[in-house]
Amino acid sequence: MTEQDTMATPDAARDTSLEAALQSALARRAAPRRPGAISNATMFGWRALLKIKHVPEQLFDVVITPVMFTVMFTYLFGGALAGSTVDYLQFLLPGILAQTVIFTTIYTGVTLNTDISKGIYDRFKSMPIWAPSPLVGAMLGDFLRYTGSSVIVVLIGLLMGFRPEAGLSGVIWSMMLLNLFAFGIGWIFTTLGLLMRTPGTVMTISWIVLMPLTFASNVFVDPATMPGWLQSVVNANPVSHLVTAIRALMAGTANLGLLVKSLLMPAAITVIFAPLAMVLYHRPR
Amino acid sequence: MALPLAIETHQLLKKFGTNRAVDGVDLSIPQGMVYGVLGPNGAGKTTTLRMLATLLRPDGGEAHVLGHDVAREPARVRERISLTGQFASVDEDLTGLENLRLLAGLLGFRRREGRQRAEELLTAFSLTEAQNQQVKYYSGGMRRRLDIAASILVTPDLLFLDEPTTGLDPRSRNQVWDIVRALVAGGTTVLLTTQYLEEADRLAERIAVIDRGRVIAEGTSAELKASVGTSVLHLSVLSPDQREQAAGVLKDRLGVPAFREADPTALTVQLDDTARAPLALHALTEAGIPLRSFSLGQPSLDEVFMALTGRPAESDEPEKEVVV
Ligand SMILES: Nc1ncnc2c1ncn2[C@@H]1O[C@H](COP(=O)(O)OP(=O)(O)OP(=O)(O)O)[C@@H](O)[C@H]1O
Ligand SMILES: [Mg+2]
Repeated sequence: MTEQDTMATPDAARDTSLEAALQSALARRAAPRRPGAISNATMFGWRALLKIKHVPEQLFDVVITPVMFTVMFTYLFGGALAGSTVDYLQFLLPGILAQTVIFTTIYTGVTLNTDISKGIYDRFKSMPIWAPSPLVGAMLGDFLRYTGSSVIVVLIGLLMGFRPEAGLSGVIWSMMLLNLFAFGIGWIFTTLGLLMRTPGTVMTISWIVLMPLTFASNVFVDPATMPGWLQSVVNANPVSHLVTAIRALMAGTANLGLLVKSLLMPAAITVIFAPLAMVLYHRPR
Repeated sequence: MALPLAIETHQLLKKFGTNRAVDGVDLSIPQGMVYGVLGPNGAGKTTTLRMLATLLRPDGGEAHVLGHDVAREPARVRERISLTGQFASVDEDLTGLENLRLLAGLLGFRRREGRQRAEELLTAFSLTEAQNQQVKYYSGGMRRRLDIAASILVTPDLLFLDEPTTGLDPRSRNQVWDIVRALVAGGTTVLLTTQYLEEADRLAERIAVIDRGRVIAEGTSAELKASVGTSVLHLSVLSPDQREQAAGVLKDRLGVPAFREADPTALTVQLDDTARAPLALHALTEAGIPLRSFSLGQPSLDEVFMALTGRPAESDEPEKEVVV
């Protein structure tokens, strides 16, 4: 019943079918039912996937950095630290895996910072949607990045001779643990992303935080050889707990205590920084 | 009528540091019309709109949108409004179709319905050919149309358009105007900001002129121009050596001096009464001065501003503002 009486105006070189399309497209209609929080967040997850599809360059770092680190550190330190590169790789790989994923969390902040300055966030904020959904949905893209970079590290490791005793299940459990850990500390970078003015600043501050955190840990060497004061620092470092848990998962010797210990800090960060991020997101600018 | 006003503000205020971007704005806008907010750069148009669209919190005063207080019930306001920002509020990295499908999904359309609705709007706005291109490759006009399409996936009761035609060519501008008219015919109230008097004149039923965060005039376009008191008669004589003579005749007959334009045949006369234009033409014919062309123009925004504020609109530098 869309046969409308579209009177062609005399001056009209104008396309009447377009005119009709305009009329019917603009006609009032009932609004669909408001979707729930999960549906909203899923749509933002879809957006993150579309972004990766259209701007695959953003995955460059995610792919190149882990390859570089794994190869470089294995051959650089392997002979000196463990006698053979293959032995060292067995020790190093879980650490490199953790380091890579932790570094990837920076992109959470940088991406958000770039994204949020664009006009589309004005639209999101003026829409009747579940308020945190843009942030939560963006995390779906993050999970993809974390998983992608850890798969790459593990593959490179396998090629170079890494053999996890626990097999595939060890690898999968490790990745799940890494994703949880990264989700937790990701809130820090989400907060930074909302707080800072430019993506460059977010990047710089993130590195300043993460560099000491990952290097003053048990990623590269066993702390037993370190001076006492450094040992206590390293042993208190949450990254060390994560790496220890992953080594255990890969070796098939993990226990619940280790897992819980490695997730304490990310859990604490989520409790503090997630609400903070929400406040900042809604801070009228 | 029991309909609440579309927009009602009372002494609305927004400060950025010491800069009063919006400085006590009172608006009262009934539903069902296009309302124009006219003002030069930095007048506070965007800031006002952002407060009404719940994106900025007012520092003082009150604002009700469709009966809901923007500060106390922002969620209720958001349910019924839509905003097309001054700078593209669509995702540049995604295609036009993806943009609309994403927003449709957020509004609760199911997958298939969302796609249908998106395609319907893309067709209506002549964007079908570009629907699978990333928006960053769109022209200004296409981007604007997509932006508006994104705002009306669900017909809003109130649509904010922030300078919808700035930077568009006349054809694209006309397309946007057609869309706005069609929307209002469907019952939507449209609040648009613009820097062009002509646009406000052609589209808006009522206009508020704002300057430095204050409403300095309000009314219909006719009222506004009447308050400005001038229309402008542009004349061009056939031969340049008759220009002086023509200027003399005009001065005698109308009692106001004619302004000599850069074009050696052109003269401009400000009239306080449009009805006097025929007199001027008649006088020139009697004096035997042939004209190549004449037109009766509306005062420009600049002239409206001159009349209302005593200074030109284009002053980017606020003369005596405190430097931050
Ligand atoms: N986020 C902000 N922080 C500080 N000052 C701001 C901010 N937004 C706007 N302003 C200032 O508020 C004043 C009004 O700006 P606004 O953007 O509302 O003007 P406008 O009428 O929309 O101008 P334009 O035609 O250029 O878009 C200006 O002096 C501007 O510098
Ligand atoms: Mg503006």
